Amino acid sequence: MSTAPVNTVDPVDTRSQTAQLSIRNVAKVFPGKKDLFSKLTGKTRRDFVAIQDINLEIEPNTFVSIIGPSGCGKSTLLNMIAGLSPITGGEILLNGAPITGPGPDRGMVFQNYALMPWMTVEENLRFAVETVDPKISAKKRDRILKEHIQLVGLTGAERKHPHELSGGMRQRVGIARALAINPQMLLMDEPFGALDALTRGFLQDEIERIWEQQRKTVIMITHSIEEALLLSDRIVMMTRGPAARIDEILDVPFPRPRNRETIEQHPAYHALKAEMESHLFRETRAVEAARVGG
Amino acid sequence: MAASHSTPGLLLTERQTTPVWHNENVRAFALFMLSLGLFLLFWEIGAKAGWFVKGVPTATETIKEFWWWVTNPFFDNGPNDLGIGWNLLISLRRVAIGYIAASLVAVPLGILIGISPVLYKAFNPYVQLLKPISPLAWLPLGLYLLRDSEKTGIFIIFISSIWPTLINTTFGVANVNQDYLDVSKTLGASRLRTIWKVIIPAALPNIVSGLRISMGIAWLVIVAAEMLLGTGLGYFIWNEWNNLSIPNILVAIFIIGLTGLLLDSLFAALEKFVAFGRNS
Ligand SMILES: Nc1ncnc2c1ncn2[C@@H]1O[C@H](COP(=O)(O)OP(=O)(O)OP(=O)(O)O)[C@@H](O)[C@H]1O
Ligand SMILES: [Mg+2]
Repeated sequence: MSTAPVNTVDPVDTRSQTAQLSIRNVAKVFPGKKDLFSKLTGKTRRDFVAIQDINLEIEPNTFVSIIGPSGCGKSTLLNMIAGLSPITGGEILLNGAPITGPGPDRGMVFQNYALMPWMTVEENLRFAVETVDPKISAKKRDRILKEHIQLVGLTGAERKHPHELSGGMRQRVGIARALAINPQMLLMDEPFGALDALTRGFLQDEIERIWEQQRKTVIMITHSIEEALLLSDRIVMMTRGPAARIDEILDVPFPRPRNRETIEQHPAYHALKAEMESHLFRETRAVEAARVGG
Repeated sequence: MAASHSTPGLLLTERQTTPVWHNENVRAFALFMLSLGLFLLFWEIGAKAGWFVKGVPTATETIKEFWWWVTNPFFDNGPNDLGIGWNLLISLRRVAIGYIAASLVAVPLGILIGISPVLYKAFNPYVQLLKPISPLAWLPLGLYLLRDSEKTGIFIIFISSIWPTLINTTFGVANVNQDYLDVSKTLGASRLRTIWKVIIPAALPNIVSGLRISMGIAWLVIVAAEMLLGTGLGYFIWNEWNNLSIPNILVAIFIIGLTGLLLDSLFAALEKFVAFGRNS
């Protein structure tokens, strides 16, 4: 392998021995409709290659953001990592073992919170904890619930139902639920996408604070450049689909703990931001151009 | 009272002087009472002046009759002269047995059909075929098979109140929000736990609204069925028709309506109770 040219990316070389999550040549093809019935009704659809040749190694205790134009396949990738969506090409290894399905080693935070409306805040957490460990003692369980409700600042709202909470509070419950099962890794799909700017800012600060405490591996999808810069160690930028790939991975050098005022003073901040902006602008414009062109 | 010059005082006075008829509920109630009064007046005058067919009782006669029936609900002078309370209880009992039996079949079956696409496809033809049949079409068959009017009544309630619950339960279970199922999956919940803790509670609003529709149908059907059976409110009406006692028929109609209303509001309250901010 030593004769390989310097600039070709060979996934075998970039494989790291310490990676917690290894995404290797992963592709996702949504099968089309080509059966006889579809042909007769003229509703055939070709196979759709959403993402292709994705290679990514994620070290333990890193915060990774994925950013890319809308519809490029970020959710698709995250759902494959979560085990909710089958992998149609390549493999994803978690601690060296291929992912075959969902599991409580990966905690998931959903964009629309996905709280059970008939359960109170506490019951939502309890459902998670008891599902993952059915034989947990009541004492231990209650301690975990209390700790996590406290962690996200929801003490006093334990007995409320989700519809009595604001969007920001609901997502706090979503985060607490994902953390309460003590996963190795947190997966978040646009966790603050449905929130107003101010609430979003508060929750970003909370995530930064919680991350400093726990330092779990996090993979977060976001559309916000500032959010990615504030929270991440690495930012994965994806190209537009179909057959979206990883365009570039940025390392974010800001020291921790961070807050939004101090990172803006950092010499690298504006260059990173400009680079992300131009990437997103270029890809999004290409998407729009393709759409207009038919 | 002189207007106070301090703002809070002013606000308070303003609120106090807001006339009660600005309240929507007050206005609705007033309109209701007004229309009811006009209707009764029209009825009374019309009956007295002979605007309707011969033998239509006046409103006052009917109300008196109504008062007599509700103050003497429980007397028993044989099957053709039974207090309205007894008749009501007889009808309610039939509805209760048939309806509860139907629900006990429809809810579990609906859950099974809802979670299994194979069962859904297998059972859907039955449901689609049997659902549109008028409940009364079952009456001769019931009488022939069961050879008992009481059992036939219950059978008809059963067969007619099973479908809305079954269909709504199936729909609710088959259309549980994918997010809830994803949560359950990522936690590694077993199939049974997912059904019990996620799918059933998520489908509960649909199940309850199915139960509500079924209850309405059961109450509709029992009166019709009882006209051909022996006792109950339906038979009471039929009997009074044979006696040509129009006020008693009106009394029974009113009581049937009122009971239906009460049953429905019971289920409306239950629907609210299980909604938790959904569909409201
Ligand atoms: N079940 C499916 N069947 C067919 N195509 C699908 C399916 N799910 C997603 N896609 C397609 O795959 C592509 C990627 O979708 P995905 O939801 O992963 O994008 P995304 O990057 O998360 O977008 P957004 O930023 O809007 O959330 C889209 O073009 C979408 O239309
Ligand atoms: Mg998405």
